[in-house]
Amino acid sequence: MTAALTAATVEAHEGEAEGARRRSRFAWVLLAPGLAYLVLFFVAPVAVLLLFSFYERVPGGAVGQTTPAFRIANYTEAIAEYAPQFGRSFLFALIATVLTLAIGYPLAYVIAVRARNRPLLQGLMLVMVIAPFFTSFILRTIAWKQILADESAVVAVLKAVAILPEGARLTATPFAVVAGLTYNFLPFMVLPLYANLERLDIRLIEAGADLYASPLSTFRHVTLPLTMPGIVSGSLLTFIPAAGDYVNSALLGTTGTSMIGNVIDARFFRVVDYPTASALSVILMVAILVLVGWYVRRAGTDDLL
Amino acid sequence: MTPPERDLELVGITKRFGEFTAVDDVSLVMPPGSFFALLGPSGCGKTTMLRMIAGLETPTAGRVLIGGRDVTTTKAHERPVNTVFQSYALFPHLDVAENVAFGLRRRRERDVDARVAAALELVELGGMAGRKPTRLSGGQQQRVALARAVVNNPAVLLLDEPLGALDLKLRRQMQVELKRIQNEVGLTFVHVTHDQEEAMTMADTVAVMNAGRIEQLGPPQELYDLPRTAFVANFLGRSNLVPGTVVDGGSGDGVLGIDAGGVRMQLPASRAAASEGDVLVGIRPEKVRLLTDDAAPEPGATVLGPGTVEDVSFCGVSTEYIVRVPGVGPLVVFAQNLAADVPVAPGDEVRLSWSPRHAFALPDRSAAPAPVEAPRPAAVAR
Repeated sequence: MTAALTAATVEAHEGEAEGARRRSRFAWVLLAPGLAYLVLFFVAPVAVLLLFSFYERVPGGAVGQTTPAFRIANYTEAIAEYAPQFGRSFLFALIATVLTLAIGYPLAYVIAVRARNRPLLQGLMLVMVIAPFFTSFILRTIAWKQILADESAVVAVLKAVAILPEGARLTATPFAVVAGLTYNFLPFMVLPLYANLERLDIRLIEAGADLYASPLSTFRHVTLPLTMPGIVSGSLLTFIPAAGDYVNSALLGTTGTSMIGNVIDARFFRVVDYPTASALSVILMVAILVLVGWYVRRAGTDDLL
Repeated sequence: MTPPERDLELVGITKRFGEFTAVDDVSLVMPPGSFFALLGPSGCGKTTMLRMIAGLETPTAGRVLIGGRDVTTTKAHERPVNTVFQSYALFPHLDVAENVAFGLRRRRERDVDARVAAALELVELGGMAGRKPTRLSGGQQQRVALARAVVNNPAVLLLDEPLGALDLKLRRQMQVELKRIQNEVGLTFVHVTHDQEEAMTMADTVAVMNAGRIEQLGPPQELYDLPRTAFVANFLGRSNLVPGTVVDGGSGDGVLGIDAGGVRMQLPASRAAASEGDVLVGIRPEKVRLLTDDAAPEPGATVLGPGTVEDVSFCGVSTEYIVRVPGVGPLVVFAQNLAADVPVAPGDEVRLSWSPRHAFALPDRSAAPAPVEAPRPAAVAR
């Protein structure tokens, strides 16, 4: 009797363990496509990139010919030669991020908080933020070329009110590149901010007012800290692609405004210098990782990582 | 902490939202240090009134004065008023101590740490200073919200249904706590609630609100003993309201004679809000005695019946009877469950009696809300 009971219990336990094993196997099956995708399109390319970044070009060899090597000088040479482009990339991306935040925060606030009880208006404004995505990124950037062209109305007006001196131009300047970046990445700032502000509890703002905080002070001590996660994710979504962007500089700038993306593009596809291009890519990746890590720590939103 | 001796005065205050009038021409004075309850059903305008005092809502007409100073156009953050919100509205990104310190820091006051510690001690949350509000229970959050308001030593402390989210046991406990804290700090508390028991146990003055107006204002005992409108009679506890007609104005002896469905009832003229024409005679269910068989009524008592017992509900300390008296209608009786009582069962014939000094008379308005048992209007047939 007792033995039979024990046997049954053991069997039941085994059954449970079996079930758990089956469940965990099923979880792996569900995960497989995603894992395969990651390995195939992220881990493998990064490994190849890392490998190529140490290769050596064959002097006098065919175009793009390399031999396997462990040449750390690829990195030091790349940094020495392209430091200005790296600096410019991070500076432009930083300015564009600050500008998108300055433009995007009030916009997101109006859509998410002020228009909260007017779904039609709210929907309309959201569509207006997203609508540009329906046209090609390249086309929209080329349009900016027209807007900032020497004979454009914008330039004429700026010259008429003497903001822009005679003979100065907007196109092919750092201004044009930053303007293009700001315009193109604005929705990436607005949408995360909107998602965050949408959950902002108005009663907390009332509580701030009730506790002697002026509207400005309430914003600083209540609204801003509560929307920090939105600010962090918005600025990451803006800064990271902007730092690696090459379209805006290529279409709206000159060689004098080229960013690291333009250099990588040229090294890969025109010079066919895979080791340098790879080393530059790795440096960009690591630099962004370090900057982002520092930023997220600073903002006190570690739980985002 | 000495409380600022400033009273709160509302003068003809009105708030309209489009066509809807939420608060309709209310005037009242709350003396410093009082515990004032605004009692009414949801939608009666009591929260809107509180928000106008706090400065979160601008009155359409009328004035708000604090200590004689007109603050009607003063912004919320410049008023010496703090609110305990119904949702508590604690700042989730700040810990308990910083939540409590918020108002002091904004006004750049001194001794912030000591005052915060004292406020937390007052609400018995001394050990919770470093916790985030989301990690506290509902009752603890409520205490933090209270400490956050009290610490600023405001002229008026507003409480917007602060106990609404708590369970019954905790609510009882917090009622006692709130009253203790009010006694201790001596601030003027304005407490908005729809819970009549809460208003009666805590407040020294209760204003019963209905449809944007104050129906009656006074100490809870007075309001309960002598309601002046049918709304108050039924919102504050329950009442039997019997329609009748005044047949003796009581000019000679001060005793009003009323004919209700053929029964002659009497009550002191001082207890009548109307002394002529159609009136409602009111009597609280616990003031009515059930008389079985030949039991003699007290001398001078009003006696009704015999009527038929329709329903008996046992409620522990008391039993609730519904007795239908021919010509008068159903009446509710609460009887204490004393051991000596003869059991009364549905279908039994009983008489009802009460002392005239417990009865009251109200003007019979057709708009008066339904009494305990709603009499069916005659004109419902299509």
